[in-house]
Amino acid sequence: MAILGAINPMLSLGLDGDKAWRLADYVKRGGYSALRRILEEKQTQEFVINEVKKSVLRGRGGAGFPTGLKWSFMPRSFPGDKYVVCNSDEGEPGTFKDRDILRYNPHSVIEGMAIAAFAMGAARGYNYIHGEVWEIYERFEEALDEARAAGFLGSNLLGSGFNFELFAHHGYGAYICGEETALLESIEGKKGQPRFKPPFPASFGLYGKPTTINNTETFASIPYIITLGGEAYLDAGKANNGGTKLFSISGHVKRPGNYEIPLGTPFATLLEMAGGMRGGRQLKGCIPGGSSSPVVPGPAMMECTMDYDSISKAGSMLGSGAVIVMDETTCMVKALERLSFFYYEESCGQCTPCREGTNWLYRVVNRIETGRGRADDLDLLSSVTTNIMGRTICALGDAASMPVQSFIKHYHDEFAYHIEHKKCLVPVDVQRAGSGFFTATA
Amino acid sequence: MLTSESLKRIDREIAKYPADQKQSAVMAALAIAQEQQGWLSSEAIECVANYLGMAPVAAYEVATFYNMYDLKPVGKYKLSVCTNLPCMLSGGVDAGEYLKNKLGIGYNETTPDGLITLKEGECMGACGDAPVMIVNNRRMCSWMNPEQIDQLLVELK
Repeated sequence: MAILGAINPMLSLGLDGDKAWRLADYVKRGGYSALRRILEEKQTQEFVINEVKKSVLRGRGGAGFPTGLKWSFMPRSFPGDKYVVCNSDEGEPGTFKDRDILRYNPHSVIEGMAIAAFAMGAARGYNYIHGEVWEIYERFEEALDEARAAGFLGSNLLGSGFNFELFAHHGYGAYICGEETALLESIEGKKGQPRFKPPFPASFGLYGKPTTINNTETFASIPYIITLGGEAYLDAGKANNGGTKLFSISGHVKRPGNYEIPLGTPFATLLEMAGGMRGGRQLKGCIPGGSSSPVVPGPAMMECTMDYDSISKAGSMLGSGAVIVMDETTCMVKALERLSFFYYEESCGQCTPCREGTNWLYRVVNRIETGRGRADDLDLLSSVTTNIMGRTICALGDAASMPVQSFIKHYHDEFAYHIEHKKCLVPVDVQRAGSGFFTATA
Repeated sequence: MLTSESLKRIDREIAKYPADQKQSAVMAALAIAQEQQGWLSSEAIECVANYLGMAPVAAYEVATFYNMYDLKPVGKYKLSVCTNLPCMLSGGVDAGEYLKNKLGIGYNETTPDGLITLKEGECMGACGDAPVMIVNNRRMCSWMNPEQIDQLLVELK
């Protein structure tokens, strides 16, 4: 795969698949000039944080929290160890953008992390990479070696006196490690179970030291912000939604893949870039921000622009920018059943409402799907979700509940039909034809 | 029981962390032990724990928590097929069924000749390439339509 299309790209500008990921290629594209400028011009930490604040870069991992604000929470004058950590544990179903960033533009992440470390006074960083994308982990290690050899990592960077060591850490199959405190536990060599907050990582993070965790794409955007200036970066998107963003489109489109577009671009444009709907079929629903975000019915989705505010107004979340497109051949009960199974599998088991509740959600949706649904099952599902939400240490419980609530809300008739008639509104052969083996068009 | 080559690789991992945080290397060390042995026996887990100076039960907790560790022997090749929603919409379920028919085994089973173990995996972070599968936790295979699956099976001998 590659990044298949772009409008006014930054992150994907000048990339050439597997042929242009090395340090020399990155430098040719202007890479490491932002870090060099900061160090050679002896810029201050405040300058960097202010530029990031002005850019209104919002966290690209899912929560959309303003990055500059997050950085300002770090006690940068605190004398002891501090860490910056990159969250590349990309396991949210539908999301595959960080894989392409690390694969085709790994040095942008390294430079972004070095700049972040400078701004927050950290001397050490880790990039936690999803275990399933092993080839990407190996590539990132190679990129780190290149950066060390060229003096962009290590001690006394470019003669500035600033030290920064960066290492890669791999996951090994646990969705929950995408949660930032579970990720820290995992780096510490433990089960990836989220920590109770507060204290937040900015005061008690990795090894108990102040730590800032950002998503891969967030770090990768930093050099572009410093080079362009915060305001210009903001202008590349729309108000309160700075910059461009990578969107991962999967499901029933002709060209699934990654697309970089300015925030605020209409969904219809993005859908068109992805080749439109398969077989000219109708858009039934869309999960706009990864499997944890509420589903949006087709007509409402066609009215959205792709930015945090518009998707939020439509009752969902931009999340990680993972757009799962479902056409009219999709059985929404089956789709939800698969997602519910995922959360049941991936609950870390620490909090009872989530551990038991995700099991309930899966079993009840499963019995509806397999023709054993009971008349009060939809009420039961609703009750289970409200008993999970807000009662757990981390957001996995909410993430498991939101799809259930939104699928039932928007496709209530389909669930009711399943329960009453013990079968699907969409004939099984139609479902299979719609979701069978598929070859993307070039 | 860990070979000197494995220990050398583990040492490289330990060096990534502060000197008093050797336990941080446990995930990588267990992965290295599994690579050497094909799966993770209790002895291997204990060996890793001792090498890192941590309690064996703490290493065992890690090995049981993350699902890419195999605590029982698997075939020479472990094929994990993603059937999560985005893959499901583009043939992920069909790919799993095709493999089951072709190999004559179900998920979590191994072919009688010990060659292939089939697993149903969770999101691998490559949904745009659906259907996707991973061979032995290392190699991501994209766009696995019947023809590509056949080719892969010919290759895995």
